[in-house]
Amino acid sequence: MDVLVCLKRVPLAGGTLILTPDSRDIETKHLGFGISPHEENAVEAGVQLVEQMGGTLTLLTLGPSDAEEQLRSQLAIGATRAVLIETDGQEWDPQGTAAALVDAIVAEETNFDLIIFGAESADSAGYQIHIRIAHALNRPIVTNVKSMKVENGIVSCERVVEHGREHYEAPLPAIITVRDGLNIPRYPSVPGRMQARKKVVDIKKAEPRVPKLEKVTLALAPSKDKGAEILGKGADAVPALVEVLKQIGAF
Amino acid sequence: MILVLVDHDRGEIDPLSLRALTSAHKLGHDVEAIVIGNDGAALANIVGEYGAQVLHVASHAAITDYTPMASGRALKDLVEKLKPAAVLAAGSPRGNEQLAHLAAFLDIPMAAECLEITLGSPHHVLRARWAGNLIESAYVHAELLVATVLSFSVEPESISGAAATVAQFEPALQPADSVVKILSRDAGESKGGVTLNDAKVIVSGGRGVGGPDGFGNLEELAALLGGTVGCSRVVTSSGWRPHAEQVGQTGTKVAPDLYIAAGISGAMQHIAGMKNSKTIVVINTDPEAPILRYADYAIIGDLHQVIPALTSAIRQAKG
Repeated sequence: MDVLVCLKRVPLAGGTLILTPDSRDIETKHLGFGISPHEENAVEAGVQLVEQMGGTLTLLTLGPSDAEEQLRSQLAIGATRAVLIETDGQEWDPQGTAAALVDAIVAEETNFDLIIFGAESADSAGYQIHIRIAHALNRPIVTNVKSMKVENGIVSCERVVEHGREHYEAPLPAIITVRDGLNIPRYPSVPGRMQARKKVVDIKKAEPRVPKLEKVTLALAPSKDKGAEILGKGADAVPALVEVLKQIGAF
Repeated sequence: MILVLVDHDRGEIDPLSLRALTSAHKLGHDVEAIVIGNDGAALANIVGEYGAQVLHVASHAAITDYTPMASGRALKDLVEKLKPAAVLAAGSPRGNEQLAHLAAFLDIPMAAECLEITLGSPHHVLRARWAGNLIESAYVHAELLVATVLSFSVEPESISGAAATVAQFEPALQPADSVVKILSRDAGESKGGVTLNDAKVIVSGGRGVGGPDGFGNLEELAALLGGTVGCSRVVTSSGWRPHAEQVGQTGTKVAPDLYIAAGISGAMQHIAGMKNSKTIVVINTDPEAPILRYADYAIIGDLHQVIPALTSAIRQAKG
């Protein structure tokens, strides 16, 4: 079983975001970087599949040269090798990103049985790259997968919705996107980190395309500081809260 | 004309689709709607009420339930025939998925999670990023605008329109279009009672609850108010509560009448899932917690004292 997991380097922003002076990006001078939450589950799923069934786990990302840091830290979890499509650090639009990923996937010698994405990126959340890649590669795609199993050449998936679970199946080779909760991502072991330093990260270059979804600027969402009415401290404030709840008809 | 994909689950409309219809109506063009699957035909009255003049019903023997790629194909067929200025859908997982299939079929851009749309050449959108903390201003370079509408960014407005005229059509599906579809369903982890999406009241706990046992008090309060329990991501990743209860960008997005956030500091991704709640009450020991900016009311204090006191006070008040 050969698995490919696609990742994206994103800043690890805490409670507040600051923009660069040209308002086109997030100021990252004081931020660390990581990958989106769902992608940690994607890597874990890939590692588990290879543990159970043998084969290889390849990681793929498109980003600045610094994205090698994220690839190395995920190689330490147990991936076999990684491919970095190096950009100039500018953000690419979804169509350009998908096309570059497709080129890189097709250029690989391995015909991946399963390609796994996180369900959404923390930063741009465009909800489309995985679907464009499925179309380009003529593969079935199941999105938002919360539990999965590979058996007899079929990936069976469950999606959690409001009133329960939906079951889907796709014959391999297939593409899935996974959500937080699929599994519990492991931490890298010390030997894992040591080995990751020696693993191969192929670096490729790709030329940016003219974006069809063209970012002009970013703005902070209007601060919704509602000016909370502080009802008091500790249990002494409970009667005031009971009054409020009565007024809004909560009981 | 603007075409709106109205999503439904076995004939039951997704309420977010009404908001997408309202967004389309506000752009000042004629609005038509499309549903995928025969059981969507029953929605002619409600889509008419919210402004659609025609309801296109895509039916095909291979479409027996939600089949996202077939939806994309049906949209493509209809778009090529009707040449609308835009195709909109709700910014729900399904809305985003089906329109992404359309955009992939046509190899044109798609703008997800838009809160403002201006049709033109190029089109212009404002769209939410970073779990709604950033607003991107972007041009969309394509004749047809494919966009989804950010959940809760617009209130659904009935225009008391007459029932939409139903127009049936059969999309020219390829075999690959119907490979992935819902094969079966089960009730899953839901506790059989009120779900997060239905709940009018959600009592949510975070790291401050301290462990799985602490949630007993929250459950008691939620039950008393006829609501349900939610939690933050750290709670589910610590295994204190099931994932189905997680509120946030990576969990469920909710907008209840009352959201009580106890011991939740307010990570961006949590805020994204609850900030549209009508009334937000925060109980937190930290007067500087980021979540306070989103609160209507707050008690600065330890939830382990406040919640039980609140529960017994409400019980007394109820008599």
